[in-house]
Amino acid sequence: MTNEEKKCIAQFEIHHTQLLNQAGERVGPLPDFATSYETLLTLYRTMVQTRTFDSKAIALQRTGKMGTYSSSLGQEAVATGIGHAMHFEDVLLPTYREYAAQFQRGVAMSEILRYWGGDERGMAYANQPHDMPITVPIATHVPQCAGIAYAMKLRKEARVAVCVLGDGATSKGDFYEGINLAGAWQLPMVVVVTNNHWAISVPRKVQTHAQTLAQKAIAAGIPGEQVDGNDVIAMRHVMSNAIEKARSGGGPTLVEAMTYRMHDHTTADDASRYRNQSIVDEHKLLDPIDRLRKYLTANHDWDDAKEQRLHDECIAEVETAVNRYLDTPPVPPETMFDHLYETLPDALQSQRDEVELLGKQKKGGGQHG
Amino acid sequence: MAEITILEAINLALARALEECPDVVVFGEDVGVNGGVFRATEGLQKQYGAERVLDTPLAESMIAGMAIGMAAQGLRPVAEIQFMGFIYPTIEQMICHATRLRNRTRGRITCPMVLRAPYGGGIHAPEHHSESTEAIFAHMPGLRVVIPSSPLRAYGLLLAAIQDPDPVVFLEPKRIYRMMKQEVPDDGEALPLDVCFQLRDGADVTLVTWGAMTHETLQAAEQLKAEGISCDVLDVATIKPLDMATILNSVAKTGRCVIIHEAARTCGVGAEIAAQLAEHGLLSLFAPVQRVTGYDTIMPMFKLENDYMPSTERIITAVKKTLEEA
Repeated sequence: MTNEEKKCIAQFEIHHTQLLNQAGERVGPLPDFATSYETLLTLYRTMVQTRTFDSKAIALQRTGKMGTYSSSLGQEAVATGIGHAMHFEDVLLPTYREYAAQFQRGVAMSEILRYWGGDERGMAYANQPHDMPITVPIATHVPQCAGIAYAMKLRKEARVAVCVLGDGATSKGDFYEGINLAGAWQLPMVVVVTNNHWAISVPRKVQTHAQTLAQKAIAAGIPGEQVDGNDVIAMRHVMSNAIEKARSGGGPTLVEAMTYRMHDHTTADDASRYRNQSIVDEHKLLDPIDRLRKYLTANHDWDDAKEQRLHDECIAEVETAVNRYLDTPPVPPETMFDHLYETLPDALQSQRDEVELLGKQKKGGGQHG
Repeated sequence: MAEITILEAINLALARALEECPDVVVFGEDVGVNGGVFRATEGLQKQYGAERVLDTPLAESMIAGMAIGMAAQGLRPVAEIQFMGFIYPTIEQMICHATRLRNRTRGRITCPMVLRAPYGGGIHAPEHHSESTEAIFAHMPGLRVVIPSSPLRAYGLLLAAIQDPDPVVFLEPKRIYRMMKQEVPDDGEALPLDVCFQLRDGADVTLVTWGAMTHETLQAAEQLKAEGISCDVLDVATIKPLDMATILNSVAKTGRCVIIHEAARTCGVGAEIAAQLAEHGLLSLFAPVQRVTGYDTIMPMFKLENDYMPSTERIITAVKKTLEEA
């Protein structure tokens, strides 16, 4: 049979949403929430707060006060939109650049610092009972998201699970296995691919010949769409639509958020080995914070004085978090056995005793735990 | 009361768990409509509905991952991997997530899941259907590894695994799925998850084993009895955490020990038991510990599988060797 004789039996389109262009000008009708100055300020504040946190976290690492850290510089709008669109009782499965979403959901800055400071207590999230800890292995949390979403569906809860991963993660089997199940079982979940163009040193075009990552949804039988991830209004809008659709029984969505990783992969990486600064400079023009600031200045009463006040507030907030982190009481070595099982098996008691004893000896033979 | 097989006991325990706890969900490849390729889940979907007894897409990592997600939400997922030869895609999910969710979140999120799989050789199955690789899971901190070897223990240990607040890998010795029958009261009683079971009381030598090898080991003990040799036979049953106290007590009594397992020898669970005997029981031993195990080869295709797996004769030879020492 020749191509001419073959019938087209299915067709697909991938849509891209942008509401503000890089100059901060409206390019389409804005959703209702964007008419609220207060809401826009909340989004703006979250992005500035996250960027302030980010530069301080890098400084802590550079001065030896914290371990390796992964920056979210330039990507703040993605996680800000995600976090703002979610309900508190929903579940977020983040990877390691979604601080803006985590902060909005009650995770403390000091907890994120503890996490990168090598302390499990940074995943206890005192004010966020629902969310999963940061997932480091790539895409393993997509099937987990499906399991969480199935639990919600089984119990007929009006909740949604939101999983966030990177462009490189879409090359992994777990990504496909998870979205495939989401489609097969019509689960209340949203999978966000933060396409920041880089998986450490490997550029997006090396990951796949596919034109978009959003179209990977098609094979799973679920809707996939692309959004300008540096346009926080578009991001929040697309996420809200996807989340509320899932909440009302409409099934899962894959969202590809287009952004750019402005920093090294982590503080242990040196991006100058594999990418030109000129490309990074080009992306500075697309900065999500500048974009909303321009919009707020042109359409509301945002000005330099307000901007300065916001920065001062964010710096003070981050300083408080840093102090809390630096003042964290040391963790006794034997706590590595805590929460290993609900009840420590007898077989492990002698190992715990040994660690406890060595810890006390290290402290100078003191009897304080 | 009718006598039932290990397979029927597993089915009975799953039904009991589904009946008693609305959070229990059973799923895997072919477990729903078909009732599992060995029929371990037969009739469960009909009885408890397709929302709680589910056929999944064919993806093992996904099966483990979704179990973790369900468990994190407080369900009690019981996931089936069709054969242990297909369990390896789950390893990342188990070691990177299931085993550490409780620890990493300081108890905020837990993972009460069970990953079931038939394992072991001896049924003339195709490639990848015969290995015993329990040691891979026994090496993971935060996990429990449970292997029943009788209908009573299959019922009680599976209920215990489902009720346990932490992740459990539950390996079912498929060669003896239908080999023996026992009366199993459906009383909902769970067995303890960290003690060995004494299958036979003896004074001359301790035989430590688990899974299908309990069959050959008990046969060896019976034949040795005719020669006046009395064997203390222990079914470890819970590979992790390991109940060394029971093994050490037995060796303190007999002074000799033979460890029997189907898995390859190097870094098998027998190596851990032998090491702990050396650490804590050396002065009780009259003879070096013997291991009768699968060889450090690829598990052969089935024409040679009986040459690979420990036989009653190999066990008897090892016992006699330990008795040659003063």
